Amino acid sequence: MTLASLTPLFASAIGAAIPLLLAALGELVAERSGVLNLGVEGMMLLGAVTAFMVVAGGGGLTLALGAACLAGMLAALLFGFVTLTLQANQVAAGLALTILGSGVSAFLGRGYSGNPAKLAFTELPIPGLSRLPLVGPALFSMNALGYLAVLLTIATAWFLYRTKSGLILRSVGESPVVAQSLGLPVISIRYAATLFGGLMAGLAGCYYAIAQFKMWQEGLTSGNGWIALALVVFASWRPGRLVLGALLFGGVTAFGLYLQAVGVQVSVFALSALPYVATVVVLAAISRDQRALRRNAPASLGQSYFGM
Amino acid sequence: MKLLKSLLAACAAAALCGSLAADAADPLKMAWVYVGPVGDGGWTYAHDLGRKAIAAREGAKVATTFVENVPESADAERVIRDLAAKGNKIIFTTSFGYMEPTLKVAKSFPKVNFYHATGFKNAPNVTIYNSRMYEPAYLAGIIAGHVSKKNVLGFVASFPIPEVVRNIDAFTMGARSVNPKITTKVVWVNSWFDPSKERQAAEALIGQGADVLLQNTDSSAVLQTAADKGVYAFGWDSDMSAYAPKAHLASCVEVWAPYYMKVAEAALAGKPMTTDVWGGIKEGMNDLVSVSSLVPAAAAKAAAAKKAEIAAGKFNVFAGPIKGQDGRDRVPAGKTLTDKEVDSINWYVEGVEGSVPGKK
Amino acid sequence: MLRTPWRLVPRTQPSARMRFLAPLMAVAMTAVFGCIVFYSLGLSPLKAMQVFMIEPLSTVNGVSELLLKASPICLIALGLAVGYRANVWNIGAEGQMYLGGIFATGLAIHFHDGGGHWLLPLMVVAGACGGALWAAIPAVLRTKCHANEILVSLMLTYVADLLVKYLVYGPWQDPASNNFPLTVAFSDNAIFPLFASFGGDWLEGTRVNVSLFITLAALPLAWFFMQRTFAGYQLTVAGVAPSAARYAGFSSPAAVWMSMLIGGAAAGIAGVMEVAGPIGQLNDRWTPGYGFTAIIVATLGRLHPFGIALASLLMALVYLGGEAVQISLQLPKAISLVFQGLLLMLILGCDVLVNYRIERRPAADAA
Repeated sequence: MTLASLTPLFASAIGAAIPLLLAALGELVAERSGVLNLGVEGMMLLGAVTAFMVVAGGGGLTLALGAACLAGMLAALLFGFVTLTLQANQVAAGLALTILGSGVSAFLGRGYSGNPAKLAFTELPIPGLSRLPLVGPALFSMNALGYLAVLLTIATAWFLYRTKSGLILRSVGESPVVAQSLGLPVISIRYAATLFGGLMAGLAGCYYAIAQFKMWQEGLTSGNGWIALALVVFASWRPGRLVLGALLFGGVTAFGLYLQAVGVQVSVFALSALPYVATVVVLAAISRDQRALRRNAPASLGQSYFGM
Repeated sequence: MKLLKSLLAACAAAALCGSLAADAADPLKMAWVYVGPVGDGGWTYAHDLGRKAIAAREGAKVATTFVENVPESADAERVIRDLAAKGNKIIFTTSFGYMEPTLKVAKSFPKVNFYHATGFKNAPNVTIYNSRMYEPAYLAGIIAGHVSKKNVLGFVASFPIPEVVRNIDAFTMGARSVNPKITTKVVWVNSWFDPSKERQAAEALIGQGADVLLQNTDSSAVLQTAADKGVYAFGWDSDMSAYAPKAHLASCVEVWAPYYMKVAEAALAGKPMTTDVWGGIKEGMNDLVSVSSLVPAAAAKAAAAKKAEIAAGKFNVFAGPIKGQDGRDRVPAGKTLTDKEVDSINWYVEGVEGSVPGKK
Repeated sequence: MLRTPWRLVPRTQPSARMRFLAPLMAVAMTAVFGCIVFYSLGLSPLKAMQVFMIEPLSTVNGVSELLLKASPICLIALGLAVGYRANVWNIGAEGQMYLGGIFATGLAIHFHDGGGHWLLPLMVVAGACGGALWAAIPAVLRTKCHANEILVSLMLTYVADLLVKYLVYGPWQDPASNNFPLTVAFSDNAIFPLFASFGGDWLEGTRVNVSLFITLAALPLAWFFMQRTFAGYQLTVAGVAPSAARYAGFSSPAAVWMSMLIGGAAAGIAGVMEVAGPIGQLNDRWTPGYGFTAIIVATLGRLHPFGIALASLLMALVYLGGEAVQISLQLPKAISLVFQGLLLMLILGCDVLVNYRIERRPAADAA
């Protein structure tokens, strides 16, 4: 394997990792507040179809981006109302949201498939840097949403660990009872975190529809919402590890396909299984330190809390 | 319980009245079972265009119904049975996975004619039909052979079934007929529709030097990836020229309308068609369309000439001599693979790299 | 936070009346919403609702299909509920179901030309073992390496899918299948007999088979295990209060193991019910995602066997209704998904009334 052959591999990994990272970041924040929303796939699809419809209707990219985020947030609001206000089981509500989101997006998107996106985010190479070997095309020739994903990752990590609001959010996820007794508005904070999750999932959908694939088709996200969910667990709820997880997943997928392309004589089914096996193996290896896990896993994850 | 019984009786009575009321003026009821959404812009979309063409031409003489997104699981049999029970006389099941369910239902409805796409088992009232997509794939290969600078083609493949294997073979043979230095690299994504993986597969192929791509999957992701990376590609199943004008060379399309028309006309005439059909360019069941101005004139001319030969029945893609991957004659000169052999092909021709998954 | 003039007040005791009324309210609300949608699409709302909710049940065949579909979902959900009570989140039942199908298929192929009446029961046992084995991987990784079972079980589902594909495209492919991904069709010894095969013209053409008895037996068994055995009680305690359970001598690893194995075995058997039932062979796309549907059914049924039975019937009905609406009214599949999602959301939302009541916020509080 030469440097020249690694460069496109790296770029491919990053391209696959960015939408996963976007959606997973939002879910990470929601889960850190104690809300487990399994509806990421549904929210992504809604974001994707909304973004596509806006550009098809003559709207600009910024408008499409905003609308996609809004669509994700609307779906998250419904989820929040059902689980936070009405105390419904979060696992079931999340799965229901996925079904609802795929249905609504398919219904809205009828008549939009079969045509390319009228407008799309294009690559914005940074002069000089984009020509670096290995990382140049991958890191310095992304589209606007790619750079945005990098900024949002840093911002989220900073928010969670360096701001008082971040501390409050984490404490709500740790123990809503204690947080409430300290006078914190537990339910409002969880609503905010859930909405952020919806916003980011919408953004990821937007990335697929008008940046990466530039098309709309039923089920466009093809199960990537589930991978994003898995990545949050993989990252043990830490943004830094999330980046590693998304890169690992995108990278191993790219590597498996690369091995096929160079003609390695291994069953293609085994190569296709690589990213899933790798994720499990790496998770098992890094999970050995139980105390570190406990520190980061939100203790109240998925449990309803009745705040007055 | 009494209520249930009377309800059942009412239903039975209604059904009876319905069948008594049926007379010659009633439209011929035809139904389609689709594996994807009608808006998939690919396989299912192409079938639905065929359905619409009949509805438009025959007007009130036919009544068409379709069911989309039918999984190829135990659910398929129920849907097919339901369509037959609802009085459809002609039922098209348009995916391979419907083969066994179609045969099972057909046994219970001897008076209904079933048409199963891409299968290999028939019955007195189950007829098989398929499209020789390898013909347009061969023509695409001719263009690719002219266009490729690096002499490396890439193929994003779905599942290692004969249909896909022979399209890879035909694409490669077409290319090598004009440029013997061509090799084809194949990457399998194990899905008919997974844009993320199709995109990454295309990137892997481009990374290995492929500069013209073809795919046997259901999205335009490969074509658009080619456009992003500055190489060329084709549309598949439907005309995808609008997606990437700078990368799109031509589209291999399915055209089901002529076949569906024939079936409808025969049934309307009271003599339902029961012969298996495996049609291609000659029968108008597929085509290479929207050949781009990016294609050099010589290439376009060569492809058009070969298309005319195929249409006239003068050229068969699987006529010998065909060399296998080891360079030895797999089909000697003067011999031609039979339809049965082509329909179950599981080997690569010379020029394709790697091996067919699952086969030694 | 938004202040409304109403607020929720916890009931001192869950309302038995609301347990029944709340789901009915949800169905009624979905029906109202459905009428509005159908009306706006230019269809008669009544006719549409009749097709959606009643038509699937109006024939013997319809009822048979409902049971055929609900049965494996119900069985998987029962197995999952045991674990969910203990807070062990196995979401890889789909993959465990594949393994059940694979193990049973292995036997069916091996004894294709022989076998006897013992073959089918053996396949069921093998399927249970296959599912449990696949579920044992997340159990080992959770208990030895603390790896989260949600992620591991989900990832293994993708691997199981590829394992099925490897087998049917390779070693287990029927030589007579024209190189398509199919195994041989199972012999009669390896297929669950249809009820229709025992005579009775009124069952003509129905597909429901004797595997239904497995689910029917599992229902009281699950109830007994959860409510009446010490192990079931311990599992529930392990879920509600892990430290209390440890104090009582029931270690968390034991809870993980028992949960995963029971869930995996149930899913594995469901896999056998499919391959040795309506499918009759192994191919590469035989499952419509029952393993995932079962997660909703388990939670919707409040992790109680009776609730799970009802929820699985409801899910099956909504699915069949969605199909009927497509066939009879030519509405897109998307509409039935919207309905399904909405109905689930409403049922979950209305459930609040079981444990809470709505009352007007006192004036002082609203200010």
